[in-house]
Amino acid sequence: MDNLVMLLTVFVLAVFVGFEVISKVPPTVHTPLMSGSNAISGITILGAVIAAGAAVSSGMRWLGFAAVVLATVNVVGGFAVTHRMLGMFRGRGRGRKG
Amino acid sequence: MLNLLYLLAAVAFILGLKMLSSPRTAVPGNLLAAAGMLVAVVATLLVGGVVDLPIVLAGIAVGALVGALLAAFTPMTAMPEMVALLNGFGGAASALVAGAEMLRVHGVEDESFALVPVIAIAASLLIGAVTFSGSMVAFLRLREWLIGGRATVFPGQHLLNLALFLAALAAAVAFARDPRPGGAVFALVAIALVLGVLLVIPIGGADMPVVICLLNSYSGIAAATTGFVINNNGLIISGSLVGASGIILTNIMCKAMNRSFTNVLFGGFGAAVAAGAGGAKGAAAPVRSGDAEEAAMILEAARSVVIAPGYGMAVAQAQHAVKELADELEKRGVDVKYAIHPVAGRMPGHMNVLLAEANVPYEQLYEMDQINPSFGETDVVLVIGANDVVNPAAKTDPGSPIYGMPVLDVEKARTVMVVKRSLNPGFAGIDNPLYYLPNTIMLFGDARKMAVALAQAVKSL
Repeated sequence: MDNLVMLLTVFVLAVFVGFEVISKVPPTVHTPLMSGSNAISGITILGAVIAAGAAVSSGMRWLGFAAVVLATVNVVGGFAVTHRMLGMFRGRGRGRKG
Repeated sequence: MLNLLYLLAAVAFILGLKMLSSPRTAVPGNLLAAAGMLVAVVATLLVGGVVDLPIVLAGIAVGALVGALLAAFTPMTAMPEMVALLNGFGGAASALVAGAEMLRVHGVEDESFALVPVIAIAASLLIGAVTFSGSMVAFLRLREWLIGGRATVFPGQHLLNLALFLAALAAAVAFARDPRPGGAVFALVAIALVLGVLLVIPIGGADMPVVICLLNSYSGIAAATTGFVINNNGLIISGSLVGASGIILTNIMCKAMNRSFTNVLFGGFGAAVAAGAGGAKGAAAPVRSGDAEEAAMILEAARSVVIAPGYGMAVAQAQHAVKELADELEKRGVDVKYAIHPVAGRMPGHMNVLLAEANVPYEQLYEMDQINPSFGETDVVLVIGANDVVNPAAKTDPGSPIYGMPVLDVEKARTVMVVKRSLNPGFAGIDNPLYYLPNTIMLFGDARKMAVALAQAVKSL
């Protein structure tokens, strides 16, 4: 029970941090912010790695493997596309880039 | 040790998100968040109790390859689809991890199920599956594959959703009483998948920005619930951060579209559009139409031009031609600005990305609140591919379905030019009195062809 209270504490505090951190966002970066935070939600990859790598049955191994693949697509795709998108933002006078 | 490294990653995510919310620091912010993720994953691989490294690395290799290819080749117009797809993958991964954990506890004989993890497993399966199937519907709708852009509604939809939700709860309770992999779990997942579909299909294409935000939030909440399943602070912190940020963006979008948050949560908006609002009155009014040469002369003689782009511009791939036109006008001493409505495009900030891709400097982009007071002193407004976001009926006609939605005050400019294929009402099926105003000139044609023609005509003046 103590453990649950600990986890809940972390959860509630993190929600507040989330609201505080992202209260003011200029529309310019709405899309990159969304794809970036999307990549962060791929954090579930940690659970996937443990499930696949420390499986006790073949069923668990394959569920874990599928989770690793999907979560990695989410993480890598999310961060990479955010980087690509942000590379396009530039101010006046700065050079053209790829 | 592991938890300390997760804490480090969580700090990197918080700082990264903070930096991502400002254009100047966004690039390092994203890299910082990615580095945090790398630390967390490597730490898990090394000290997380992984024994079967090859299968994990194989999974990471496959996922990284697919992710990198998607990121490198997805066109900017398709960014909403890509985000929807990735949301769905994240949700599915969270549900799969919960399923794997269920099998693990079941496989260990001397370990019995505690109630808390069981509830967490059920919640994670439910939220993860809803996120997955809902995101897939959003993806298909945005691609216009299988289902069109129009909202799918049928009588009793809300009742059915409620019934399904109660059925999902019943399945979850059955699972909690007898926590073994079996019928109850399959029923729970199946119901959740159907529920995800039903929650998203009543939402039409024009309202997609809100849905994408909401699904983004769901994928974060799914990760956080999975954190409770496997007792992992890293997942809980990061998941709730994303959940919170998704809700904030949803709220911003709701305000921009004048929708209530509950309306979005329970779905069904975008469908209640009343037919024929002001339609007959409009059809009888005279419309002034012009051609590219005439328009070019007016544009060239103007001191200030504001371009109001909409998703139609992106669909026609007209942004590069529009940028060329703007360059030609600037060469002739015309002051050019872009007016960006918060929901221009298919996801929040989409128009900014599309114009950035066409090399439009972001100093030239003005938000609605910044630019609205200056329309009165603007010589020409060029509306390209936008409809509802420039509809004055939202301010004047209480009978209009979009009444109350904040819009760009383009009609206050001396001349308004609207590039449009025909007088047909837009995606939402709402007539636009702007087209019948005496200071409006309609330029009928494809957005890209018209923009190219305008640029050519200005050049040859």
